[in-house]
Amino acid sequence: MELPVAMKVLPVGDCIWEIPASEKPGMLVPARLYASQTLLAGMDAGVFEQVTNVACLPGIVRAALCMPDGHWGYGFPIGGVAAFRADAGVISPGGIGFDINCGMRVLRTTLTEAEVRPRLRALVDALFAAVPTGVGAHGFLHLEPPAFREVMVEGARWVVRHGYGRPEDLEATEGGGCLAGADPAAVSDRALRRGMDQLGTLGSGNHYLEIQVVPADGIHAPDVARAFGITSPGQVLVMLHCGSRGFGHQVGTDYLRRFDQAMRTYGITVRDRELACAPFRSPEGQAYFGAMNAAANTAFANRQLITHRVREVMARVFDRPAEALGLEVIYDVCHNTAKVERHVVDGESVELVVHRKGATRAFGPGAPDVPVAYRHLGQPVIIGGSMETGSALLVGTAHAMAETFGSTAHGAGRTMSRAQAKRRVWGETLVREMRERGIVVRAASPAGVAEEAGFAYKDLAAVVDTVHRLDISRRVVSLRPIGNIKG
Amino acid sequence: MAVADCALAIEGESLDDLFETAARALAELMVDPATVDQSVRRAIALDAPSLDLLLYDWLAELIFLKDSEQLVVTRADVDVEGASPCRLRARCVGGVIDRGRTALRADPKAVTFHQFTLEPRGAGWRARVVIDI
Repeated sequence: MELPVAMKVLPVGDCIWEIPASEKPGMLVPARLYASQTLLAGMDAGVFEQVTNVACLPGIVRAALCMPDGHWGYGFPIGGVAAFRADAGVISPGGIGFDINCGMRVLRTTLTEAEVRPRLRALVDALFAAVPTGVGAHGFLHLEPPAFREVMVEGARWVVRHGYGRPEDLEATEGGGCLAGADPAAVSDRALRRGMDQLGTLGSGNHYLEIQVVPADGIHAPDVARAFGITSPGQVLVMLHCGSRGFGHQVGTDYLRRFDQAMRTYGITVRDRELACAPFRSPEGQAYFGAMNAAANTAFANRQLITHRVREVMARVFDRPAEALGLEVIYDVCHNTAKVERHVVDGESVELVVHRKGATRAFGPGAPDVPVAYRHLGQPVIIGGSMETGSALLVGTAHAMAETFGSTAHGAGRTMSRAQAKRRVWGETLVREMRERGIVVRAASPAGVAEEAGFAYKDLAAVVDTVHRLDISRRVVSLRPIGNIKG
Repeated sequence: MAVADCALAIEGESLDDLFETAARALAELMVDPATVDQSVRRAIALDAPSLDLLLYDWLAELIFLKDSEQLVVTRADVDVEGASPCRLRARCVGGVIDRGRTALRADPKAVTFHQFTLEPRGAGWRARVVIDI
């Protein structure tokens, strides 16, 4: 197999590849890539460079990991997972990404495709009007700084407490929609000013709000699907993908800049400036962790507010109370975070700071942070695909706990740049073609649609097949889009 | 280059010219500047320990204004002093995004250090900046 790097990439198991620590000076652990042969061959050179750079960071344990949807990111690859000892390792904003707690949420409905189709255009238009997208968007909730600081600490709980959701939404959200350790004092005034008016907005890029359907052959694990409230093909779901908006972006910017300088204090050198980091237990490391959790909580709040808007819109369009339409949250999962977790390393339970950047937590059965309704099955996993090809629901496994610090893929993963995608298709043309295939799209920017064309991404089925084969999460339901709102 | 990115390759006859061009490039990335009115004047002053960090901070400031005030700076008259600490004084012109009129493009999240460079080239300067969108 031809790979774009000169390093040794050795097969060490089915769909597991290892770059030994001897391949690059400074590597403290090997790098491991989880991919089928085809997916590995399609990975760009940057993935191999970046995952081996991550393997050089202080305090890393076991290996630097890359999931099957891995592609070249900033510092860490997207699809990167790395765990550092909490007592002797680092925290790196580059291992989380600028869009802190970018994540996925999926809601089930009692509606079928046959019921939705006649009103699909009206539904997509109404959602597009109710959920602001694109550059310069601000949400319907205007908070003063003291209230926004409460959101930083309480996350989705604040939103539900103020009437924008159901208490059970929180149970179905990772961490209950509120990560502990948020520290508003560690957040700059600029971050606050940048994000305060953006709660309830979708953003742009690859973020979306989508109406999806369970295809005829889409239920792969009926028992687990039933626990998710998915009972038959044709059932309609609503999926959203977004994060902490300008607030999280500014927290990332502030601390990348601060760590770039702080590394000198701690005598840390990195192979890529985007890997700027600080010891987790240092004042800088703790400040970032507090600010990052604050941003993560605003992302939960953001997805909760959008959920509220979706319920309002669907109740209006279908002229029924939202409760009658179901619209229950199946799960809400982060894919850009660092979390303190205990994992077994060399036979010993160790407290680790697990960075997941474009990677989804996939805790197996029995894990305490999995909602009671799913605890016997494992944590629901949401893998978002391109707007043309569909998405997937999976479930976490015990094997993921042992193999990948309880982590799996998060999406399809890009294969080409935004500029390349725009050269291949006009946004307006793609919208028309998708409409002819039964997918209604509304977007703030036509160029943004072209950038997110299905051909710009890896084959989602190949990613899902690979994580299933690896048993780091198990396939439950496939979903195809029929309506999409984009930034 | 990372595949989800937008890379700006910027050249200037001087540092002032490079910083001014970088602002225009960022505006082009976010919106069609012709669809933004030119009604807002803004003075910006920044200090940084090095020139490259000054460029980073300059673009980060313009992204900040896009979110905090929905303000897009379409033109800037910039004076850069290269002595340590490096200083920037800019007189900016731009407008607030009007969602009924402004043609929207990408929504930048952040300036990255990915392959970030600022260096002299011949009689002038050049820079490469990757913007996370």
